[in-house]
Amino acid sequence: MIPELGHFALIIALGVAVIQGVVPLLGAQRGVPEWMAVAVTASRAQFLFVLLAYACLTYAFVAKDFSVAYVAQNANADLPLFYRISAVWGAHEGSMLLWTLTLAGWSVAVSMASGALPMAFRARVLATMGLISCGFLLFMLLTSNPFERLLPAPQDGRDLNPLLQDPGMVIHPPMLYMGYVGLVVPFAFAVAALLGGRLDAAWTRWTRPWTTVAWVFLTVGITLGSWWAYNELGWGGWWFWDPVENASFMPWLVATALMHSLAVSEQRGAFKAWTVLLAIFGFSLSLLGTFLVRSGVLVSVHAFATDPARGVFILAFLALVVGGALTLFAWRASVISGGGSFRLMSRETLLLINNVLLVVACATVLLGTMYPLIIDALGLGKISVGPPYFDAVFAPLMLPLVFLIGIGPLTRWKGDHASRLVQLLRIAFVASLVAAGAIVVVTSGYSLLLLAALAMAIWTLASTAQGLIARMRGKRGAWKGVRALPRSFVGMTLAHLGVGVFIIGVAITSTFSTERDVRLGPGDSETLAGYRFQFQGVGEFPGPNYVARRAEVQVFRGERRVATLYPEKRRYPIQEQPMTEAAIDVGFTRDLYVALGEPLGDGSWAVRLYYKPLIRWIWFGPALMALGGLLAASDRRYRSGRRAERAAPVTDTGGALGAGVSGG
Amino acid sequence: MRARRRQRLIFVGVVLAGVAVATALVLMAIGENMLYFYSPSQIAAGEAPRGHDVRVGGLVVAGSVERSSGSLDVRFDLTDTSANVRVAYSGILPDLFREGQGIVALGRIGDDGVFRAREVLAKHDENYMPPEVAEALELAADGGTMPHPVKNSAGQGGGGKP
Repeated sequence: MIPELGHFALIIALGVAVIQGVVPLLGAQRGVPEWMAVAVTASRAQFLFVLLAYACLTYAFVAKDFSVAYVAQNANADLPLFYRISAVWGAHEGSMLLWTLTLAGWSVAVSMASGALPMAFRARVLATMGLISCGFLLFMLLTSNPFERLLPAPQDGRDLNPLLQDPGMVIHPPMLYMGYVGLVVPFAFAVAALLGGRLDAAWTRWTRPWTTVAWVFLTVGITLGSWWAYNELGWGGWWFWDPVENASFMPWLVATALMHSLAVSEQRGAFKAWTVLLAIFGFSLSLLGTFLVRSGVLVSVHAFATDPARGVFILAFLALVVGGALTLFAWRASVISGGGSFRLMSRETLLLINNVLLVVACATVLLGTMYPLIIDALGLGKISVGPPYFDAVFAPLMLPLVFLIGIGPLTRWKGDHASRLVQLLRIAFVASLVAAGAIVVVTSGYSLLLLAALAMAIWTLASTAQGLIARMRGKRGAWKGVRALPRSFVGMTLAHLGVGVFIIGVAITSTFSTERDVRLGPGDSETLAGYRFQFQGVGEFPGPNYVARRAEVQVFRGERRVATLYPEKRRYPIQEQPMTEAAIDVGFTRDLYVALGEPLGDGSWAVRLYYKPLIRWIWFGPALMALGGLLAASDRRYRSGRRAERAAPVTDTGGALGAGVSGG
Repeated sequence: MRARRRQRLIFVGVVLAGVAVATALVLMAIGENMLYFYSPSQIAAGEAPRGHDVRVGGLVVAGSVERSSGSLDVRFDLTDTSANVRVAYSGILPDLFREGQGIVALGRIGDDGVFRAREVLAKHDENYMPPEVAEALELAADGGTMPHPVKNSAGQGGGGKP
């Protein structure tokens, strides 16, 4: 009964979504307040019905109802409760339900926080989100119903893919979806602005925090995915330029560009059309990512679906949404031009360069991801574009971007003098070059790329710190000074510091990591990067739904034992799948990573050893960025939107910064 | 009016510069880093270039896997049912590497005709067949005597212990 209830709830949700998508739009067009008001009620009702459906599916998993085909395929009587709950989004149908729930959740959030918006605008935003929701509900009901029954019911299920049985995998998809789907909010705001023909400072002030929050979720989701791959895939890598990863990275790049162009639109009223276009692109790339992952055109761990109907549906939906939005843009873009003038040397120009670099980087990723698919579709052969392509293209585009991080925030809006900036930043610049050079010499990691990356990273840290100090000048006490700064500024500072931390991690890890595949018998040892790994032997340990062969590896530095690691080789009997469970000794300065290969007879094993310096910084950096995003989104001027609107001239952070700097 | 024009110039200039740089980078990088896929039949026929990285895929021939005793060197045959290619690899094979499994190897062809693999990929799903391998097998099967190698686990495959 419960699964049927869930199915029924989805159908009702579709009905409500249709109402949410159509009635308020008509109301806004004709100026009927009652029709516009439907948007708020409908979005809340829709959320409740999708939530009910989601609860029903979770219940089916918890109760081990294997008569539901989706449960039978993705759970098993022995699967722990924790993973039964997360198994809801372990495969295609359920993750589409999670996607739809997230979308409905964002709708409700907007409906609750948008009381101060003009009525017609609010109606249009919610209606746009309702229409998107229609597409996804229809998609689920037509091609991927999670509640389909399997009769006669099997005795037991086929179990969740062992790769997904990992704590990182439990939180990664919901976070990523929050970000992916969150980009629907700036999209809906953009569409509503185009429909209404009004795009003013209030619009950008409303869009900004939502974009930032979606970006924070996306950042956290991607970072968790990287962390999961590192822990679980047993290759010690943190990013593979896998199409599925690219699918989430492209919207992130555009969302980052959007955040920065929104800053210009809010502070200076410029770049409005460009901002709207970025909002459209951001969500379009989210949809494209969904298409790539869900249609089965890419085959990888994430691509569960092999049903062409699904691919065709999403592709058609993608074409409709993107095509519709771009047509609307072409038709209405002329009403949203304008903005203050600026000179070549100004913060506006630097942010424009930032945007161009980010969008171009996104385009190169898109090309690398789509190229093999296009070549294949045209029957021109089977090729793949590997990580070397992405590395070769990405690094040269990111270095100037990172260089600008140091300059942009210190540059004044409208116009500035290069000589002032040189004066201000020359010490930071020389210092970062010297420091990077020193590191390269001390570690004897002579490589131009390492030098450049380290110099840029230290430059980011130094110049960002300098910006912070300049802002605090004249305030007594460091802590008090920071507290007095606007949160958006502190957030930006943290996020930029995060970029520096991240780059240091990437540069050091990719240059100095060492790895070795060795054959080790009981009692054998191997030395790597000054650490001696001693293999003690392998024993068998039963898990809840698997059997593990667990090795004991003791790690020594000199005579001191640093860690004892227990890497495992698990076998999940239901899926007949072996799994490598790496063992990692985590550290701020380095990780030691041991993964079991295969038994080689006579008690010895193939063992893979890694020494990974500063790899934690790769995730610590994005964590700082996310924290910075949260701070910026909670800035006072967004919380009291109405008051800020009345006090028309916006507090210009840039001008204040410039004044602070020159005053010092 | 002049200000607006200057702005437009800045805008167009920056965008053009960005696009130009990106195009140059992409053109340089993509030509060098594109990996072509060849089937064992194509390699046997000498169609694949030597001294250049390529990918080869097929089924691991049963009984062909030889591990050397003192090291991690391993050799095995890959087949598309009409031709075989010998692959040499040193290191840890992926979890799902086993005889009869479809895999993809990345590396170059040695002078002795043995494929020196730098990377061996097998995906994490017992029913999964790399699409290239599936197609190579189909082409090699030639008349359709070979059953379609991709087993579809979706749909009815759901229930029960085997």
